[in-house]
Amino acid sequence: MNDFKMPALGADMEAGTLVEWLVKPGDRVKSGDVIAVVETQKGAIEVEVFAEGVVSDILIPVGERVPVGTVLAQIDGAGVAPLPVEPAIVAPKPAPQALAEAPPKPTVAPQVSRRKITPAARRRAVALSLDLETIVKGTGVEGSIRLADVEAAASVARPAPPLTRRGLDLSQMRQAIAAAMSRSKREIPHYYLAETVDLHLSLTWLEAFNADRPPIERILPAVLFLKAAALALREQSKLNGAYENGVFLPAAGIHVGWAIALRGGGLIAPAIRDTDKKTLVELMAAMRDLVERARRGNLRSSELTSPTITVTSVGDRGAESVTGVIYPPQVAIVGFGRVATRPWAVEGRVESRPLVTVSLAADHRVTDGHIGGLYLAAVARLLQEPEKL
Amino acid sequence: MTDAEIRALILELICDIAPELDPASARDQDDLREIFDLDSMDFANLIVAIHDRTKIAIPEADYNKLFTLAGATAYVREALASSAARTR
Repeated sequence: MNDFKMPALGADMEAGTLVEWLVKPGDRVKSGDVIAVVETQKGAIEVEVFAEGVVSDILIPVGERVPVGTVLAQIDGAGVAPLPVEPAIVAPKPAPQALAEAPPKPTVAPQVSRRKITPAARRRAVALSLDLETIVKGTGVEGSIRLADVEAAASVARPAPPLTRRGLDLSQMRQAIAAAMSRSKREIPHYYLAETVDLHLSLTWLEAFNADRPPIERILPAVLFLKAAALALREQSKLNGAYENGVFLPAAGIHVGWAIALRGGGLIAPAIRDTDKKTLVELMAAMRDLVERARRGNLRSSELTSPTITVTSVGDRGAESVTGVIYPPQVAIVGFGRVATRPWAVEGRVESRPLVTVSLAADHRVTDGHIGGLYLAAVARLLQEPEKL
Repeated sequence: MTDAEIRALILELICDIAPELDPASARDQDDLREIFDLDSMDFANLIVAIHDRTKIAIPEADYNKLFTLAGATAYVREALASSAARTR
């Protein structure tokens, strides 16, 4: 028998509201399946199960708010693997209760397919107390339900019982960010470094790479940043992991939390698993998928619990540099500013070059500026050999 | 496609990316990225969507021609006209 519990999906999450069950007693589940949707301060999150077996009992009904760790359901099954507590972090040897590199496979598509609903449609449905199940067919991409579908359904449907709010509540999101960042600034002695990197070679290479590809296969410069930031962690592993209860726990894998700005406000940084091992094309697809799901409210629990470091890139309309605040219990955050064309000295001459400011904020309880400097130097070096990324 | 149809299509595709905003607020010379708060990924997705719906080639070097509604409409119109001329 395995207990399926309310997970902790962020640094300061204390409780969550069960908003949807995707299984019922008697259903068979396997590790990685999404079986419930939980509403947190950061919006609705799909929660995966990390056990195999049959759902024997559902203990918490939809609509109930319960503390982190509360048993939500019981999974009955033979040969059930022990439930991993936190997949990404490995305790330092010789700790006897070292956590195993755990088995979740977030890349495996969940068995349960859910209807796509645009955030605006979801908000409107809530405002109208409209049951989304009454909408038979969405007219959006892949049958997703759009605002117009909700309006159309509302004009014919009778008012349904009020729905539990599933969309993102921005004031709640703000509170979650405030709590995590306050804790970070209170507890983590940050140090800050920055390096200006010439992107001439990277962008020239990228231009050629994208030139003969259709739009869907083209790669954004941010993908090069992400890959370089991940590969450089192989050289400086003390920036990759968690600081908990007075010790640094190095992470077994490099799972970069990619900071995504949500439309209308708010921020979330779900993990791209094994960032360093993915190709640029895979990373672009992963990034596109995460942005879409973050905005729709379809992120999975493992994506929120597994980041081992955060990378933020402000894009082409952002500021020239960004210095991040570490997301606890992580120990570093890497920031890429806007790419700006500026004068740059090349072999004694001044040339016009695309430049980016790369910053590092890191935890002084774990590393010093020396390590941080080596890390930024590695990122800069990797961006001079884009074909190897 | 007429200019009005192209303009409507572009606004529809933006609406899929930024569903909370009112497309009617867009004026021809506005920078779409600013008024619809499109980041690099959003804009890349808009290009993908325009390509999927019209089948026109949009080289990366031309992206800046599509920053405004007027520019994007003209770009799509000309690309459609030149691809029609080639197949004729």
